[in-house]
Amino acid sequence: MFEHVHYARPPAGRVLDGIDLVIARGAVVALVGRSGAGKSTMLRLINGLLLPDGGTVSVLGRPTTDWDLLQLRRGIGYVLQDVGLFPHLTVEENVAVVPSLLKWDRGRTSARVREMLQLVGLEPNTFGQRHVRQLSGGQRQRVGVARALAADPELLLMDEPFGALDPVTRSELHREFRGIQTRLRKTVVIVTHDMAEAFALADMVGVLSDGCIAAYDSPRALARSTDPRVTPLLAPLVELGAVLPSNHS
Amino acid sequence: MTLTRFLAAHRAELLSLLLQHLRLVGISTVAAIAIGVPAGLLAVRRPRAGAPIVWLANVAQTIPSLAMFGFLLPLPLVGGLGARVAIVVLVLYALLPIVRTTITGMRGIDPVLIEAGTALGMSSRQLLWRVQLPLALPSIVAGIRVAVVIGVGTATIAAAVGAGGLGEYIFRGLSMVDSTMVLAGAVPAAALALVLDGLLLGIERLIVSRRVPGLALVAALAAALTIPLAMTGRAAPRITVGSKNFTEQIILGELLAQAIEHETGYSVGRRLDLGGTFICDTALSSGDIDLYVEYTGTADTAVFKNASETDAARVLERVRRQYADRGITVLPPLGFDNTFAILVRGADARRLGLHTIDDVRQYAPEWRAGFGYEFLQRADGYPGLSRTYGLRFAAPPRAMDLSLIYRALAERQVDLIAGDATNGLIAAYDLSMLQDSRHYFPPYDAVPLARTSVLLRYPAVRAALTSLAGRLTADEMRRMNRAVDEEHQDPAVVARAFLAKLEREPASKE
Repeated sequence: MFEHVHYARPPAGRVLDGIDLVIARGAVVALVGRSGAGKSTMLRLINGLLLPDGGTVSVLGRPTTDWDLLQLRRGIGYVLQDVGLFPHLTVEENVAVVPSLLKWDRGRTSARVREMLQLVGLEPNTFGQRHVRQLSGGQRQRVGVARALAADPELLLMDEPFGALDPVTRSELHREFRGIQTRLRKTVVIVTHDMAEAFALADMVGVLSDGCIAAYDSPRALARSTDPRVTPLLAPLVELGAVLPSNHS
Repeated sequence: MTLTRFLAAHRAELLSLLLQHLRLVGISTVAAIAIGVPAGLLAVRRPRAGAPIVWLANVAQTIPSLAMFGFLLPLPLVGGLGARVAIVVLVLYALLPIVRTTITGMRGIDPVLIEAGTALGMSSRQLLWRVQLPLALPSIVAGIRVAVVIGVGTATIAAAVGAGGLGEYIFRGLSMVDSTMVLAGAVPAAALALVLDGLLLGIERLIVSRRVPGLALVAALAAALTIPLAMTGRAAPRITVGSKNFTEQIILGELLAQAIEHETGYSVGRRLDLGGTFICDTALSSGDIDLYVEYTGTADTAVFKNASETDAARVLERVRRQYADRGITVLPPLGFDNTFAILVRGADARRLGLHTIDDVRQYAPEWRAGFGYEFLQRADGYPGLSRTYGLRFAAPPRAMDLSLIYRALAERQVDLIAGDATNGLIAAYDLSMLQDSRHYFPPYDAVPLARTSVLLRYPAVRAALTSLAGRLTADEMRRMNRAVDEEHQDPAVVARAFLAKLEREPASKE
């Protein structure tokens, strides 16, 4: 999807410097790197929150500069780092945001909202009418995922989706995410600074360093990397004695 | 206590003033929201375009409200007497808090939510209506609260331009030196402010608690605020009488109004207690009022700025001509002249046989005189007086406040003063007015002024006013002023008694 040379340059200076990346349909790709490596910038380039200064970012074969940005964004699920649920809306209303933007009728929307809440493990009758402040961090993140998936997007972007959660909740959500992905088969791009998370979730891992893709490979291949830009990110993994996923698909 | 008795006795009037008050505040608040919120949004989105609006709202807030009424009054469209100009002023005052809190509310929104909305594919308009406005709403409602409280207070001043409301009691009470009446306006106004503030606070809390959709609530609120609009819709009177803001004028206004009601049966509106010559004149020209009583000397010098002239007939003729050019008819004088009065104690006058100012000259060197500040300064005041009559006093005249000057004479602190010819205290203190035999003072004959077009349309009004010609002596006027100022009688009652007396004593045919 990132075709040929792409780079973006917000005011802070050069953030992405010649990125070439093709993301296969149906794949879960994790982008890993230190803070400020440009991971979130890459997500924002995909849904048109940012436009490239040079090169082309293509989604479904079409450059973002040619898309009607509202249509593009409504077709892409987006889960933010800070969740970004609307505090003035109920859980149901939050999940229904994109369907309502797409002007779905009431019946279809409400059926879809219930389906999505069930998918992320929240009982619609219990949680549907709650407000955001009545939810735990893990529940909020589930609602965030439900909201991102509500309009059945081709593509799901997740920016540090589980970053703010405690380790137990996080691994629980990792498990559920894999379950959901097995069923839905979306193309997913996850940004994380945590290599363990990338290994737990992704088919392919891209390592961002100094605005370039330092490595792009399967977790297993990456684990054997000797690239000095990759090994520091692997170190905590080894120390923790994490078990590398042998296979997931 | 007297206040509760007053309020109970004036229930109906109080309610109608309260509704007028609510209407002023309601309409102006809704208008201020309609202007202020978009202005605040603009200021957030395009700071450069928004800055002048915020600046304007800031400046408007610093202008004293009475001054604002003053310079808006003569303007076309927004000006004129009554509710319109009052609403414009109230809107200007309400803008600042609403603009400010809109900006604060919008800037206080977590940027993550803006990003989330954008990333989900909201257009900037959808983002505004679905995310930004609902989230900024509690802050905006807080601003509306401030605006409403300011509005209730400022609306009391609107009575000065005839917009009605509880301020009518305050102004009427102030000019009649009746503190009960002042309180009858001030206490309900304060209570109204507290009630509305509490109500809006409740709404603000409801919105914050998210139990009700905020935007719907605000829409309902705006609708509720305009309800008093419909409730005060009543048939407009055919004729409207105005008056300036002192006792004699209010009595005269009532007198004209009742005479017309009595003679013609027309409904007559009253815009009494307007803030002075300038406002009455503007209101008469614009048709906000149809008639009021003016004094020939005041019209000559203050309205038309003519050179000083002391011949009563000539002054009357001159202002009659000049008013006619403006479509205003000067009706026959009522009969009294509210000129400067040179006063001495009645006992002295009788003992020494004093009738005219000339008679004083021989005693003056042993007397002390007291004058108001203005009379001492003005060329047509003391300097000219002493030249015309050759008066020399024992000491330079004392400058005194006008409200104290009558008492000072009665208590022998001074022996001669310049006062108001029709002041009620002249009789109260047994003072004697000396005739201006050399016609030094310009005449201040009281004459009803009416819009010529109104007199043509309603000839009966002219007949009613003409029937008063020459019937009101200075003594009568003094007595009525005293009845209101000293005995706290209602001006309407005093006027009614006088008209009844006229009925019993038909005018002598000449």
